[in-house]
Amino acid sequence: MTEPDSSQTDVNGVSDQAELPLLIPAAARTGAIVTFHLDGRRLTAHKGESVLAAALQNGCKLRHSEFTGEPRAGFCLMNACQDCWIWTAQGQRLRACSTPVADGLDLHTRVPGTPDGR
Amino acid sequence: MSAAITLAKHGACPVVISDAPDAGGQGYRKLNPHIDLDPRQIYGPEYHRYESLNRQFSELLHIIDYRPSTLAWAIYGGKAHVLRDGQASEIPYRGLILAPGATDRIMPVPGWTLPGVFSLGAAQIALKDQGCFIGRKVVFAGSSPLLLLAALQYRRLGATDLAVLDTTGFSRKLLALAGMRHAPRTFAQGLSYMRELKALGVPVRTGVELKEIEGRNRVSAIRFAAASGKEHRIGCDAVALGHGLRSETQLAELAGCSFSFDPALRQWFPKSDENGRAGERLYVTGDGAGIGGAEAAVAGGSLAAIALLEELGTPVKPGEKSGLQSKVSRLRRFQKSLARAFNWPHEQAATLPDDVIVCRCENVTAGDIRKAAGDDLGPVEVNRMKAITRCGMGRCQGRFCGPALAEITAAAAGQPIETVGRLRAQAPVKPLPLSAARSEP
Amino acid sequence: MAGKTQTVIVGGGLIGAFTAYFLARHGQAVTVLERSFVGAQSSGANFGNLRLQGRDPRQYPLSLRAQAIWEEFETLAGESIEYHRTGHLYIARQDDEVDKLEHHAQTARGHGLEIEMLGTAALAARYPYLGRDIRAATFCGRDATANPRLATPAVMRAARRLGAKVIEHCEVGSIGHKGGCFEIGTRTHGSFKADHLVNAAGAWGGEIAAWFGEKVPMFSAGPPQFVTEPLPYIVEPSMQMVDGSVIFRQIPRGNVIVAGYPRTASEAGSSRTLVPPAKTLSAMQTLGAIVPALGDAHVIRVWSGVEGYLLDMIPIIGPSSARDGLFHAFGCCGHGFQIAPGIGAVLCDLISTGSTQTPIEAFHIDRYRGDVTANEKIAREFDQSAAR
Repeated sequence: MTEPDSSQTDVNGVSDQAELPLLIPAAARTGAIVTFHLDGRRLTAHKGESVLAAALQNGCKLRHSEFTGEPRAGFCLMNACQDCWIWTAQGQRLRACSTPVADGLDLHTRVPGTPDGR
Repeated sequence: MSAAITLAKHGACPVVISDAPDAGGQGYRKLNPHIDLDPRQIYGPEYHRYESLNRQFSELLHIIDYRPSTLAWAIYGGKAHVLRDGQASEIPYRGLILAPGATDRIMPVPGWTLPGVFSLGAAQIALKDQGCFIGRKVVFAGSSPLLLLAALQYRRLGATDLAVLDTTGFSRKLLALAGMRHAPRTFAQGLSYMRELKALGVPVRTGVELKEIEGRNRVSAIRFAAASGKEHRIGCDAVALGHGLRSETQLAELAGCSFSFDPALRQWFPKSDENGRAGERLYVTGDGAGIGGAEAAVAGGSLAAIALLEELGTPVKPGEKSGLQSKVSRLRRFQKSLARAFNWPHEQAATLPDDVIVCRCENVTAGDIRKAAGDDLGPVEVNRMKAITRCGMGRCQGRFCGPALAEITAAAAGQPIETVGRLRAQAPVKPLPLSAARSEP
Repeated sequence: MAGKTQTVIVGGGLIGAFTAYFLARHGQAVTVLERSFVGAQSSGANFGNLRLQGRDPRQYPLSLRAQAIWEEFETLAGESIEYHRTGHLYIARQDDEVDKLEHHAQTARGHGLEIEMLGTAALAARYPYLGRDIRAATFCGRDATANPRLATPAVMRAARRLGAKVIEHCEVGSIGHKGGCFEIGTRTHGSFKADHLVNAAGAWGGEIAAWFGEKVPMFSAGPPQFVTEPLPYIVEPSMQMVDGSVIFRQIPRGNVIVAGYPRTASEAGSSRTLVPPAKTLSAMQTLGAIVPALGDAHVIRVWSGVEGYLLDMIPIIGPSSARDGLFHAFGCCGHGFQIAPGIGAVLCDLISTGSTQTPIEAFHIDRYRGDVTANEKIAREFDQSAAR
């Protein structure tokens, strides 16, 4: 499912198991394949999946706390906690749990174009 | 959903505004059609209720003006102000039934902001809506009957490495048995979950105290003290955390409801009569009105719809309400017994380490709250505490830190919980993009 | 509980706090009576602007005295109130507004302020995130911002350290005057005696003045305000449309705070002002037009406040004409935050020395004995139902 085209490092600069997926599929998908990018990696998902599910089956964070830089990966999955807002390359933010994944989405866990990404 | 069905059957044409992409609330959440899941497996003995409710709703969709993925961000001047497809608009109404549901109630644990920690509800949604487990090795932790149900749903779908850590002791549950006769069916269900999990080899520990969720950048273990006081650690990559439910009350407040404190649940609820009536042509129902669970929500929704129809002058069959009234009150009484059986660990608020994050949005710690409370002229009320510390001021508006904020404030001030107040709701109840205003004059 | 205090201040807002602070620093015995929490009303709910540009010309001496106090406040108080000398940009989008900017700038320069006039090229270079339909702007580097939620408690704490008494949850029910002495009755804390009484009751100040026969027509209203989620910090100065449609600032944490017009009438008999959703949407739209880069920002919270307004849009400050020893300081018409320390210092002058060097005659309550002409802002900045 993953086609890494750049190596990923975690918040402390250590490339380790941090990029192993958080979510584990428990059932077969019937939706068509869609292609999206996450922090520069080209990935695929299935129509009908949320941005959150698509991203977290391929990584383990969606955003970073504005105040501590710590990674966050959502919490409630029901539009309530607001801890899954992910950036797009165009500078918009999507609530990952309530946004369906779509072809061509270019997602970023840090603010695109800023050095520390907060 | 239930209220809409009743209204539609009586010839009214209700508008259903739902922030979720599908109707059904969280209890009877519709499964994602793009994922190969068997609802019988997910809902077990509840399947028939789930199926019947969703079928009735579908059959009436030609009468119901159903607007999914639509956020009611404010109630003002007899109108629901909504956001749909990124655009703001308003919907005037003759009568308003609010059924906003509930979220998990959370007592923070050090490390609860790590990726891999989800709310207990989220663990179930990941499965029902996305066909995913939240990890390979999942620990269901906290204090809720849903810990068992969620663990069982995971087990039935093939997850093998699971554990349940219940912060309430077994003896406390037995003590609460007295109240359980209000809903023997639900109680029997709980016992059967317990037996089934045992048979499937899922360890269930009760009376534990959660100490810390460990990990660097993601969950790697959970540490807890057993009832004996001995500390244990379970390696895991995900934790589903929940300590019962917390009603969504923002819209009810914006609609003008007044609130009362329930000392058993240690929560504030909108005041309403036995039909859910909270004001003129204003009704609250479901878990947003009083924690009762999915079955109570179905009955309560119907009841509110009938009472509203009556208030609007539509004739309804006599006696239609009384059966529903007794059902709702019986199920809510049962939930109160459950709340005693699955204790909200409020006493932990006093001993949480100072550096634990309470407010995920604004990065406010327990120590920040205690320091503010200890200052000369320091706040002893939650809205003042929010003003000074920013706890509850962020994107989620205190949904997840609110209960702990109140407990920590009360403990730090040495005051009873009901005296520290309730976080006031402010529109928009969820974030509203600037671009939503573009179509406005 | 009673005892003889030299000064009692009714109202624990920012004006009451600074008055207590200066009196205590001057060695005077002073007690503040606050009916709820200190800084609970407009002192804590306002936009937090410490703006010198565009003030009523009669207010400059008071404003400048106040700004000097703000500038050293955190040192005096020993705690942060998130004071930032951000500067303030007044923005014109129409030609006639440019004239207005020049007029404001001239007035401010007359009081010794440095005001920069910025054309489109300078604006594009310095603030590239601003929309392109802006004609001109004036910048004053001495303008600043602070966190109003933190300010009043901090000033009160400082006053307490100097010996002031501050009593919360103490509502004044009656005020009498016998033998040259005020007797202030409360429901919860007995009665207080005082030689001097300061009416710093904000939007409720008119009621207290009326007890002494000094009738002032007042109304309560509040602006629609909102705040966005935290976003990358780009907007350093606070910025205001000179047409009054919107004023905004970004704090270093990243949130953008916005206030707009028209103001809404406060709920009768209540201590809150609701924000009509249409006003939030309208201010959102204006902000998006002025700063296109914020077009996708999310609003996370709206609020307003209960501010006391008068027809001529300036406060009442100074001694009462009806009773010796009574001083009024209320009705700040939505711009009290900046001048509050100046008012506190002036009241301290008056109470402890009998006079002040700061000209405040324009704000005397006696102006309401005759007919007062409504300020043009009354028609422009309020719902028509609010200002009746």
